Amino acid sequence: MGAGHAHKLYRHAHSPVHALPPHTKLAAVLAFVVVVVSTPREAMWAFALYAVLLATVAYLARVPAGFLLRRLLIEVPFVAFALLMPFVAQGERVEVLGMSLSVGGLWGAWNVLAKGTLGVAASVLLAATTELRELLLGLQRLRLPPLLVQIATFMIRYGDVITDEMRRMRIARESRGFEASGVRHWGVLAKSAGALFIRSYERGERVHLAMISRGYAGAMPVIDEVTASRAQWSYAFALPFAALVVCLLGWTL
Amino acid sequence: MHVPDGFINAPVSAVAGVVAAGAVAVSLRGARRELDERTAPLAGLVAAFIFAVQMLNFPVAAGTSGHLLGGALAAILVGPYTGVLCVSVVLLMQGILFADGGLTALGVNITVMAVVTTVVAYAVFRGLVKVLPRKRRSVTVSAFVAALLSVPAAAAAFTLVYAVGGTTDVPLGSVLTAMVGVHTLIGIGEAAITAATVGAVIAVRPDLVHGARGLTAPLKLRVNGELVEAPAAPAPAPVAARSPRRLVLAGLGVSLLLAGVVSFYASANPDGLEKVAADKGIDAKVEDHAAADSPLADYGVQGIGDTRLSGGLAGVIGVGVTVVAGTGIFWAVRRRRTGDAETVPASSSSSVPESA
Repeated sequence: MGAGHAHKLYRHAHSPVHALPPHTKLAAVLAFVVVVVSTPREAMWAFALYAVLLATVAYLARVPAGFLLRRLLIEVPFVAFALLMPFVAQGERVEVLGMSLSVGGLWGAWNVLAKGTLGVAASVLLAATTELRELLLGLQRLRLPPLLVQIATFMIRYGDVITDEMRRMRIARESRGFEASGVRHWGVLAKSAGALFIRSYERGERVHLAMISRGYAGAMPVIDEVTASRAQWSYAFALPFAALVVCLLGWTL
Repeated sequence: MHVPDGFINAPVSAVAGVVAAGAVAVSLRGARRELDERTAPLAGLVAAFIFAVQMLNFPVAAGTSGHLLGGALAAILVGPYTGVLCVSVVLLMQGILFADGGLTALGVNITVMAVVTTVVAYAVFRGLVKVLPRKRRSVTVSAFVAALLSVPAAAAAFTLVYAVGGTTDVPLGSVLTAMVGVHTLIGIGEAAITAATVGAVIAVRPDLVHGARGLTAPLKLRVNGELVEAPAAPAPAPVAARSPRRLVLAGLGVSLLLAGVVSFYASANPDGLEKVAADKGIDAKVEDHAAADSPLADYGVQGIGDTRLSGGLAGVIGVGVTVVAGTGIFWAVRRRRTGDAETVPASSSSSVPESA
């Protein structure tokens, strides 16, 4: 854990969004995404309004636009898939720039692009304004099974350790002149993966013994109990409620 | 392969979410049997391993590379329940932290990528290990076949979900061909790497491979020049599972809610399969179902005018009948099994739990 205690997606700042209790933020993001997904795709202006809402949150959270847009690159594979849709979908077709495109496919591509992008942007904002430990506490407050939260905690805690171990193994391979260039080298990589598994498993056993010797009895003590006041809940839910109004307008108009 | 938001419509996402939650609940109980009280740290570390291994890129040819999905590997190395749990946690964290896969599509992602891959891989693996001779070699071969089948199975499961709740009218045949075709190729890579990894672990620490547990030979001691079987260590008592009543009641409540209330908001359009059938004229020859004039035909109760009430009532009755029938079958099977055990008391020596 030489790389600090925050994940790379977190952006440290002091803003009203950062200060909100994590479980209110988690619930608000989930509600927002559900509202976005249930909006009819024909109401294009609604999605523009959603984007404006998210931009407002980003402004309040002091997350720069460049950071947000760079993180959005994660959905590039779907953009490729969505762009294929107008060509393969069935139904009525239109001529655009000399190409015959399906109307249903165009709507489908728009649907996936708009809703997917808004969902990714909401998740990125959540991760940028919430520390990992807070996020896990928030999941626990939202009544996720404690065992699941513990597993997730261990995964996050040791994710960097295992990844760094893998990186060191790669550096060791490369410094001995190995270069993976094709199918013939799969065996070497698989042996590395096997060694990584054994190291991870044995580390897990050591961690367990260390925890037992410090009095672990199946549950992690919660030191800082996070509670949310009514004002904080309503502040966090301003986003999904505004989105709900837009969604209802989208259905009625 | 992570499904984003807006790809699958809301009702199907909700149903997939319920399925995923049920699978995770079952796995939590099962993992406690596989790993006893070490569940949290070990499953967490294995999840971190899966997460890291997904970043390990394998060169395929001409500059392209693929990465491992890890469902089959997890199932074989640590057992099916822990495997489902680890991959689900990885997907949950990817969705919340890295925005990889939509939050509303989390249920679909967990059902397709964690549950289907792991369960298919483990079923195939167990079946093959039973059939093949008891050697280390056959464990690797079974791992290869299991991983090879698990990836196209996940692709087919995704196509099924898409057929029921896809938001775009893409011809199903081409979706199936594209998905299964591409994923068969991916599956070959996955299979080779999984088999080699399992082989590497078996060579060093065979005791860690859950799928190779049957292979351990009993410890023998040399006493006065002749081999004597060592007395077996007492098997640790399995952790007492919590009462399933709460789980059952919650599941029943959710099913009733979905069937009775949410079903009304589901799309009134014919589902994808029916639609394709109608478009292609497949259903021209379909005769009406034999139960077409039953009191519950077409998900409505005859004699009730309000469509909402009628549909909801039909859903609730359907859930009730399913639960009663399922419980009856389960009860009958269990009765017969306990009856068998009573008539054959000699088999009591093999009653040690396999997972202990």
